[in-house]
Amino acid sequence: MRCCRPALVALPLTLTGCTGWQSSLDPQGPQADTLATMFWVFTAILALVWLLTMAALFLSLRRARAERAGPLVLEPQAERSMTRAVSAAVAFTAAIVIALTVVSYAAQRALFSSHEAPLTLLVKGHQWWWEVTYEDGQPSRRFTTANEIHVPVGQPVLIKLQSSDVIHSFWVPSLAGKMDIVPGRENRLVIEASKDGIFRGQCAEFCGWQHAHMAIAVVAHPAEEFERWRENQISAAEPPDDPLRKRGMEIFLSRPCVMCHQIRGTPAAGKVAPDLTHVGSRLHIAAGTLPNSRGNLAAWITDPQGIKPGAHMPLMKLAGDEIEPLTRYLEGLR
Amino acid sequence: MSETMLEPHAEEPLDTDLPDGELAKRLATTWGTAGGIIGALSTVDHKIIGRRYILTGFLFLILGGLAAVAMRLQLAVPDNSLIGPDLYNQIFTMHGTTMMFLFGVPIGEALAVYLVPLMVGTRNIAFPRLNAFSYYVYLFGGLMIWVAFALNIGPDNGWFSYVPLAGPEFSPGKRADFWAQLVTFTEVAALAVAVEIVVTVLKLRAPGMTLDRIPLFVWAMFVNAFLIIFAMPAVMLGSTMLILDRLLDTHFFNQAEGGDPLLWQHLFWFFGHPEVYIIFLPGTAFVSAIVATFARRPVFGYPAIVLSLIATGFLSFGLWVHHMFTTGLPQLGATFFTASSMMIAIPTGIQIFCWIGTLWDGKPIYRTPLLFVLGFFFIFVAGGLSGVMLASVPIDTQVHDTYFVVAHFHYVLIGGAVFPLIGAIYYWFPKFTGRMLGERLGRCHFWLAFIGFNVAFFPMHISGLRGMPRRVYTYPAEMGWDTLNLISTLGAALFVVSFLVFIYNVAASARGGDIAGDNPWDAATLEWATTSPPPPHNFDRIPFVTSREPLWAERETLPVVTGLAVDKREVVITTTTEARPDLKESSPDPTVWPFVSAIVVTVIFIATIFTPWALAWGAPAAALVMIAWFWPKSVEEDK
Repeated sequence: MRCCRPALVALPLTLTGCTGWQSSLDPQGPQADTLATMFWVFTAILALVWLLTMAALFLSLRRARAERAGPLVLEPQAERSMTRAVSAAVAFTAAIVIALTVVSYAAQRALFSSHEAPLTLLVKGHQWWWEVTYEDGQPSRRFTTANEIHVPVGQPVLIKLQSSDVIHSFWVPSLAGKMDIVPGRENRLVIEASKDGIFRGQCAEFCGWQHAHMAIAVVAHPAEEFERWRENQISAAEPPDDPLRKRGMEIFLSRPCVMCHQIRGTPAAGKVAPDLTHVGSRLHIAAGTLPNSRGNLAAWITDPQGIKPGAHMPLMKLAGDEIEPLTRYLEGLR
Repeated sequence: MSETMLEPHAEEPLDTDLPDGELAKRLATTWGTAGGIIGALSTVDHKIIGRRYILTGFLFLILGGLAAVAMRLQLAVPDNSLIGPDLYNQIFTMHGTTMMFLFGVPIGEALAVYLVPLMVGTRNIAFPRLNAFSYYVYLFGGLMIWVAFALNIGPDNGWFSYVPLAGPEFSPGKRADFWAQLVTFTEVAALAVAVEIVVTVLKLRAPGMTLDRIPLFVWAMFVNAFLIIFAMPAVMLGSTMLILDRLLDTHFFNQAEGGDPLLWQHLFWFFGHPEVYIIFLPGTAFVSAIVATFARRPVFGYPAIVLSLIATGFLSFGLWVHHMFTTGLPQLGATFFTASSMMIAIPTGIQIFCWIGTLWDGKPIYRTPLLFVLGFFFIFVAGGLSGVMLASVPIDTQVHDTYFVVAHFHYVLIGGAVFPLIGAIYYWFPKFTGRMLGERLGRCHFWLAFIGFNVAFFPMHISGLRGMPRRVYTYPAEMGWDTLNLISTLGAALFVVSFLVFIYNVAASARGGDIAGDNPWDAATLEWATTSPPPPHNFDRIPFVTSREPLWAERETLPVVTGLAVDKREVVITTTTEARPDLKESSPDPTVWPFVSAIVVTVIFIATIFTPWALAWGAPAAALVMIAWFWPKSVEEDK
């Protein structure tokens, strides 16, 4: 199944039109919509307050005034009117502050009161990648993927957030606000995309060396396309059919790769690094660091520390003729 | 001359017995600092210590600024490989840590150390030896962390050192320990100064300076000292627990053993939010002083401003959770902190409105100090208002930990603290050195700084809203953040140039500036009642205060208090509220022991990074030097 082709084709379009990529000002879901509206309301009111204050300052500097006898000779009349003016300004400030608090509270209640959704994901933050598990009542329909979340358009999705090491923060600004991932706790967040597309997210809490390269892509599909994607992900990896890819699989299975990575349908069952069962279907590798291509896979396997210094992927000392079969094998895991 | 005579002691020469010239000479000998290296290290003169504090603060500003320049160069273009993640993380940690702990807090206290005793009309700060000790501890702590950075073992977890990233499991090595001990160093220094300021303001005010005649500058520094006293222990506790977790395998922050990483955040921000006001309140002190002098009238709404300062002090302790809105706290609790965070806009607003009122009614004179204050209004008000946005939980979930926040707090801190501080340097430089800073260069400095700052930091609001998180060492080209970042870097370059102009101005004016005279700005507060720079004893005769603006009220001669000893260090202790003369008290002589104590404490602090036994072995050494420091000597009034 090659269900992700449309997404791959859509990628360059998204890249050029980049506002929809990862921006809180370009909301693509109901939550981000509310947040953007809130932002603009606050910005309008507060910009007005700033302008009024600056106007008052400007006028106070430009005002023509009479010479006074000495710095301590104050006019009681002027002092009184100033007291009135300052009191009015303070009352105005208080009114705005109270109004904004109420607006904020109302939005907060509407946004964060519900944690119900038909689809539940468990997202686990690792240094520096995302483990994504699709939960299901039937254990056989649970599956794990990495660095990419696919969701059906128009459906709320509950995300349970857990950490396997340090604090991270899950943030896909085009869809929702961020939520921290704190070790020992499980935070929850509901996201929803109102149209199809690819929305980029990125870890928002400093988490060490490669905090800058810990991105996640949320791909929103129409419901039936999403179901097709899900069925494909549930299935185990198809065994390779051509000799080159077979050789690639042998290389993979005979190297330390299997200590960390899992490919369902093979003996590789490591759990500390991204699940590679359908790695060929993903948009990116190394948590959004490189677009997924055979060349980039080869680059990543040959020199992970050059591309993402500090990443936990070690250098595999592969012979020159082992790279191609291996990358062909991985690329074919769709 | 109107005089108030203090009760004389027997047989010693008093200031009443001597003619003016002779009196000044003998007081200068009594209060002077001996020459030579030992003399320099023994001094307890608040002006000399204050001057060192200010210079050291600016040295760290320059170092922290260079770290910022390195970051801006790295971020100027996408996918830049100029600085790798390891170094970048150290650099942004050093930038934040330096600016907050080694510049922001100490520089406000530094100006207080120099100016508060002069403004309240006394001869030295309370506990002057502690003051000297505090300076050396601060200096050594700052040197330790920068030497560690130079040796590539600088801290790399951010100035906030969140656990578990900074804990033993994810930060092996000693980097996080250097950070934790730096906190200990700077907090010891800051707490010591805070105590000195509180006591100086409460007990050493010139007779007649009742509570409602205390200059607003001194009020702000006084409230600030209380903030330091109540806020700093939280982070000291936190950093001690962090060191214990790292060195002694305790589990305060280890959730696997019943600890909690969020405990760290609570302790850190319980300090960290008041910290922002600890940096900002000295800014208000400078603004109040400069606005009054250059608007040519007393600041409008003195009681309102004093009450606002106190309200700000209290409220600042009720906002810390707005740094934690995205940690998954209960929503209702978060709402409380939204309300309190927004509420603090009110006392801050009161102060802004009162200053604008003062300018409205006054007759502004546009000299460089006032220009920087006007820049303060423009920038700080914008930063305060973006702070109101951050107080809202929903908006915060989008902008928290993005460049929007970086823009916000640079608007607040540079606008609210650094612009007034630069204004303050232009304003008090004549008092510190006896020479004026160049006015033409000052204006040039202001415009470069004002434009450079806004060009550097305004685009960060937008890059944050467009999804750029903080603390990333690079970003991919396709994110569309490159233009904004390049503009920020160019603005930062302009900002740096403005500081070069400043440094040149200071260097040139210190030697060749116009001679200032006692009171070049015709200002109203007592520091202008003495020579520039002031003599070692500050005032030949202690002023007697009859007004909130003593130098404006008493144009001819300032009334004075007499009856203090000439051949020994003596200060007047006054009552707390009415400032009636109460006691004559001796003020400590110079001694080298505070310096020696600071060295011993430094060795202990640094050694505890490596072994807990340093504490056990170091304690007797510390006790010995403290005994030498406090060795009683026979004092006249004890006989």
